[in-house]
Amino acid sequence: MRDSVVHIGLLLPELLGTYGDTGNAQVLCKRLRWRGFDAEVVPVGLGGPVPSSLDIYLLGGGEDRAQVLAAAHLRKYPGLRRAAACGAVVFGVCAGLQLLGTRFRGLDGVDHDGLGLLDVTTEPGARRSVAELVATSPGLPAEEPLTGFENHLGLSKLGAGSEPLGQVVRGTGNGDGTEGAVTDRVVGTYLHGPALARNPALADLLLAWTAGHPLGPLSLPEVDRLRQERLVAPRRRRTS
Amino acid sequence: MAAGRLTAWLSRSSGLGRGGMIGGRVTLALDPLALRRLGRERTVVLVTGTNGKTTTSLMLTRALEALAEVAANSDGSNMPDGVLAALTARPDAPYAVLEVDETYVPWVAEQVQPAVLVLLNLSRDQLDRVGEVRATERELRAAIAALPGTVVVANCDDVLVASAASAAAKPVWVSTGRRWTGDSTACPRCEGRVETRDGHWGCACGLVRPEPGWTLEGDLVRTPGGRQVDLDLRLPGDANRANAAVALAAAHRLGVPPHTAAARLRTISDIGGRYRTIRRSRHSVRLMLAKNPAGWVETLRVLDEDTPVVVAVNANEADGRDLSWLWDVHFERLRGRQVVVTGERGADLAVRLCYAEVAHWTEPDPVAAIDALPPGGVELVANYTAFRELTGRLSGA
Repeated sequence: MRDSVVHIGLLLPELLGTYGDTGNAQVLCKRLRWRGFDAEVVPVGLGGPVPSSLDIYLLGGGEDRAQVLAAAHLRKYPGLRRAAACGAVVFGVCAGLQLLGTRFRGLDGVDHDGLGLLDVTTEPGARRSVAELVATSPGLPAEEPLTGFENHLGLSKLGAGSEPLGQVVRGTGNGDGTEGAVTDRVVGTYLHGPALARNPALADLLLAWTAGHPLGPLSLPEVDRLRQERLVAPRRRRTS
Repeated sequence: MAAGRLTAWLSRSSGLGRGGMIGGRVTLALDPLALRRLGRERTVVLVTGTNGKTTTSLMLTRALEALAEVAANSDGSNMPDGVLAALTARPDAPYAVLEVDETYVPWVAEQVQPAVLVLLNLSRDQLDRVGEVRATERELRAAIAALPGTVVVANCDDVLVASAASAAAKPVWVSTGRRWTGDSTACPRCEGRVETRDGHWGCACGLVRPEPGWTLEGDLVRTPGGRQVDLDLRLPGDANRANAAVALAAAHRLGVPPHTAAARLRTISDIGGRYRTIRRSRHSVRLMLAKNPAGWVETLRVLDEDTPVVVAVNANEADGRDLSWLWDVHFERLRGRQVVVTGERGADLAVRLCYAEVAHWTEPDPVAAIDALPPGGVELVANYTAFRELTGRLSGA
């Protein structure tokens, strides 16, 4: 928060906006405003360079080809990498996670360079993981479990430079029992939902990093109720 | 065929389910070539797209009935089973109007070799089941390229539709306007930026908006011959006018004059309960279906401003299990209204409304949600299975 307004960058929504992940920007913005901070969502499109002046950078899910183009764009314009080097918070979901890594393999079998902000490599798995995902979250206050919906083919391996965000309780996540990746203030996850709507503690962790101190509590009964519902074991549903 | 028809009748009469689906499934098991044979004996129109399939199919059915009997899956069973069941139910109808789930069009079209394929719009829907819409577009494009004998009637204002339909030898382009652009700011051919100006769009790679032969202007449809046809539908909203414009173009192709078709479209007042108003002792409830972001764009425009809104959300298989799409809907527009959240996944919607700063309360049972409102009108918007369940319960009441 270099000035009084927190700038939340929504990166390449035309390529990485397929899975409702743009909601993460809205969640962060509202959680700041409701606590009396000024905050603004800044969409960063394909049309020009990526600014390095933003406080938070968000990358969502997108399809295979879009991911390759997004990675190329973000490598061509160094704004995101520069900002991350200066301590900006970066949060990537699904395709966003994969392209924050060092390398990802497309469906065509071609390896593409990622941004190298996470020590993660990704390859296509045998079949798509499409389901509710629950994971532990050792890094979050009170270790509240992470919940979301995953929809991806890629399986990710972490190197020594990244820690998992959590351990999978239900679902696939990275594919080896871990879920997501963290290096400094760069976080990647397979959780859609959007992730920060379903996991307010994670949202507030990102905001605390940005603010330099933990933020005061914010009670939203709607969110508590949704978490309660999603964290119980899946019920048998009527088929339709 | 008799066995299949009997099963359908048993299913209907025992109230077990929608006869269409079960009848079709049995017949496919009996005769894998049934769809091909039943389809090729007549003039078939396939209708596909993310939104408006059922409505447009009903419109086309009404229009073509001016010529002869029409077989149709008007109950919305748009998988191959349902398509086959519709053909089986009316073996002698010389025409068939079949709505087909986007992902099944390549397979169904290959079997029935349709005379006309109607392509309405393409946008994100049920990503967990259908997958990404841009992949669907590529599959449709390949399927259309393999149908040289089929006339494709398509909306030229929808970038993904135009990309797919351009593979046709001689597409009939209809301009219906568009309001949801969330899936086509990047070009489906090259992922470059699609520029939009004054209703035209284009990408540097050469994919540009085709010139329409038919144009929807307000409530008028302008034909390629320059004639103007008043729509004056009983169904509300621009989305239905768009569906009607496409239906007129497709019907014209098969020999129904636009004025004749338009008059027949005016007899439609609801589609499987959609837009129907149900009168209860204290409330009159207008039923609407909205199941994805593009559908919600249209629904938000149709909602009556001063009427309370009940929104029902489920996430069964037919709805899509992932509700992230709720965040692509501009629910902020509901601010200042009385809003009740309901359905099996009302909790997901409540969180979305909370962040949209839309005051609301929750009542898990949709009928109780209606009954809790003050007497008067109620706008009820539900997604697929929530809608089906509710129309059943409210009609039975």
